[in-house]
Amino acid sequence: MSDVPHGHHPALKHHFEDLGQQHEASTLGMWVFLTTEIMFFGPLFFAYALYRSEYAEAFAEASHHQNWKLGVTNTAVLIFSSLTVAMSVYFAQKNRRKALVVALALTLVLGIAFLGIKAIEYHEHFEEGLFPGSHFTYQSPLAPRVQMFFVLYFVMTGLHAVHMIVGIGIFTWLLIRARRGEFSLEYYGPVEVSGLYWHFVDIVWIFLFPLLYLVGRH
Amino acid sequence: MTTTVIDVPEIPVVEKPNYLNQEYGAVSWLLTQDHKRIGILYLLSVTGMFLLGGFFAVLMRLELVTPAGDLFSSDTYNKLFTLHGLVMIFFFLIPSIPAVLGNFILPIMLGARDLAFPKLNLLSWYLYMIGTAFSLLVVLLGGVDTGWTFYTPFSTSFSNTHVVLMIIGAFVAGFSSILTGFNFIVTIHRMRAPGLTWFRLPLFVWAMYATSIIMLLGTPVIAITLSLVAIERLLHVGIFDPAIGGDPLLFQHLFWFYSHPAVYIMILPAMGVTSEVIAAFTRRRIFGYKFVAFSSLAIAFLGFLVWAHHMFVAGISVYSAMIFSLLSFLVAIPSAVKVFNWTGTLYKGSISYQTPMLFALGFIGLFLIGGMTGLFLATMGLDIHVHDTYFIVAHFHYIMVGGSVMGYFAGIHYWWPKITGRMYAEWWARASAVLIFAGFNLTFFPQFILGYLGMPRRYHAYSPEFQILNVMSSAGASILALGYALPMFYFAWSLKFGKEAGNNPWGAAGLEWQTSSPPPTENFHTTPVVTWEAYEYRPEWSDGNV
Amino acid sequence: MNVADPTEEVVSHKDPQHHITSTGTYYLIFGVLLVLTAVTVLVAFVDLGRLNTPVALAIAATKATLVILYFMHVRHSTRLTWVILIASFMMMGFLFVLTFADYLTRGLLTY
Repeated sequence: MSDVPHGHHPALKHHFEDLGQQHEASTLGMWVFLTTEIMFFGPLFFAYALYRSEYAEAFAEASHHQNWKLGVTNTAVLIFSSLTVAMSVYFAQKNRRKALVVALALTLVLGIAFLGIKAIEYHEHFEEGLFPGSHFTYQSPLAPRVQMFFVLYFVMTGLHAVHMIVGIGIFTWLLIRARRGEFSLEYYGPVEVSGLYWHFVDIVWIFLFPLLYLVGRH
Repeated sequence: MTTTVIDVPEIPVVEKPNYLNQEYGAVSWLLTQDHKRIGILYLLSVTGMFLLGGFFAVLMRLELVTPAGDLFSSDTYNKLFTLHGLVMIFFFLIPSIPAVLGNFILPIMLGARDLAFPKLNLLSWYLYMIGTAFSLLVVLLGGVDTGWTFYTPFSTSFSNTHVVLMIIGAFVAGFSSILTGFNFIVTIHRMRAPGLTWFRLPLFVWAMYATSIIMLLGTPVIAITLSLVAIERLLHVGIFDPAIGGDPLLFQHLFWFYSHPAVYIMILPAMGVTSEVIAAFTRRRIFGYKFVAFSSLAIAFLGFLVWAHHMFVAGISVYSAMIFSLLSFLVAIPSAVKVFNWTGTLYKGSISYQTPMLFALGFIGLFLIGGMTGLFLATMGLDIHVHDTYFIVAHFHYIMVGGSVMGYFAGIHYWWPKITGRMYAEWWARASAVLIFAGFNLTFFPQFILGYLGMPRRYHAYSPEFQILNVMSSAGASILALGYALPMFYFAWSLKFGKEAGNNPWGAAGLEWQTSSPPPTENFHTTPVVTWEAYEYRPEWSDGNV
Repeated sequence: MNVADPTEEVVSHKDPQHHITSTGTYYLIFGVLLVLTAVTVLVAFVDLGRLNTPVALAIAATKATLVILYFMHVRHSTRLTWVILIASFMMMGFLFVLTFADYLTRGLLTY
């Protein structure tokens, strides 16, 4: 690479001209990736919309078996975690390493708390015989359509949980790098793009919550 | 008088450093982040899968020589057409031009040192190989028989073959193509050389950009849809299951939402190659550059709005069928625009008939036939009669093979000197192009007639009056196979014995022709600054080989 | 997407986007999001007839918009980011509209 000056920032990759181009490329890259995620979750929302419009009564009945209190708690947990994620970008930009580490650690705690609550919910559903397939023992005239609701519920929240787990992995890695002091105003791209991912996962939940927990509650 | 033999000492030839000789050894290839090496890794693996898919086709055409289903049982035949389709579509056609030629040439065309995310590029190849491994495993374990279309409820509830394993293979391969598309989009937006504005870009870049958009927006949909099929197989209940209120047609809607745009993933890159080759071998700018550029974007957009023309007889409402029929007519328009523009470029051009040009001209003719028969199929009234017949088979093979594969071969021949630094044997290459064109038409034209006469697809036995046309088709397939086999030999031969290519053997315009053949690892010794329009020819660029 | 003056030296790209959103903004948006969540729950227990679903979705969309604009910094992002976002929602829109066009018009024609 004959025309790249040496003595450049250690995080600069050689095929980029400078950190600015690298940052722009990685941010654009994350947005493009989030587009694919929208198209990945989208069909599930469509299937939900279709079957809810056709089986409104059964979906309402099914939704009554959802623990809305745990659901709203989880919603608050995720919204809080989006705040801590936004704050970590701020702290990175302000070169405040310790605050950044705390914000990232808090994000991780909240993410794990979310998964813990989901685990409790899944367990409850299993105990009530609402898990689709051979374990579905729920009795009601609308039972088949109720099972449809739960297939969608487990697939959508399951996929969401997988994304949370990946997010927790990413933020753990970020935490390790932050403790090493790798981020600053000059180079905070990884914090920003990981934040974009986390916010996206939060937004998916923002839609899942009312659709899955609050149907026909009146 | 005795002759004295004088030993002339061999003058050692010092090779310029390039991406091939910079590092040796398997590890340097398997852990490379160089887009050029990754392109070659893909070339090898994609060729292997092409041979595998072709093998299944050979078996099918052998069976179809006689009307009776005497070579294979119907179950086995089901597996043959399924595997042929899956391997050819997911493991050959979709990656072919983007992952082989796009990976190699795109950064050089942009004046960049590499793609935006070289590690993700390598990951995309490994994901492709994992997908391949799953496919091979499925083949060894006895195959899948659902058709590449995986229609429910057969795929979810009744097939006894390894559906889930195959779905995993297709899913992983899908992520490979998402990564490729994602890399291309970011690279094209953010890594163009100074002075290289959007309307100075080669049309191949526009084509790859449009292809990448489709890859990104479409592939996740099939990923989740096939996952739902796998879940339904495993749980024995699912969203396509009528027992709990599910609709099998929902599967078809979601499946075709990707799989129709997928065909544009397969054709757009070939159109991009055609633009490059036509420009180079007519020594002209492409007529109506902006129209061709925007038509690529239009195809990408409109291609997402037509999917249910695959479902006209499946049970969708006749009103939505009418809407999809109309939209399907619209999508033909940008494709036609391209054909008019290529023709306009040829008119009064200084045409030379090197092998890449033969393939490109073949592409235009065969794509035209395939595309126009697509209009027949968009016409609901006609489609009702020819749906699930050999008419459909002929239509899509004209586009996929007569179009995409010809475009791929055009590109391979065009950029072979750049990739390897060697020229192939021109007359053998021309012979192979002619054999492919002739063999192709003999194979697939009879199938239009067969379909129109009523021969259904996906059957291993047929009514005796169809035999003559079937024999013609199988005979054509053997010629086609010969045409495809030849390049393996003359390309391999060229690596050792081919004439060394200079920087610009074709005298073409484009940044890739201004660096050495093969290029150095960093592509350019100094970052180029572009001050000229696309396809602006400068006589001093030519090596004089044209 | 701008035409660089080729006679200039090879110019490097701009420095990273340095817009720093204030913590005040972040706390405010956080507060609004929590309030909207509470509203979603409260409204769910009130009978609005056929409006329950659209209202719930509208609140969710508002929350998502706030996250996108402020937490994800789209308010201050490049036009390209906006185009990408809008394009993806548009594509989802096509899936919904065209597929529902089938489901909602089935059974309209009786032979």
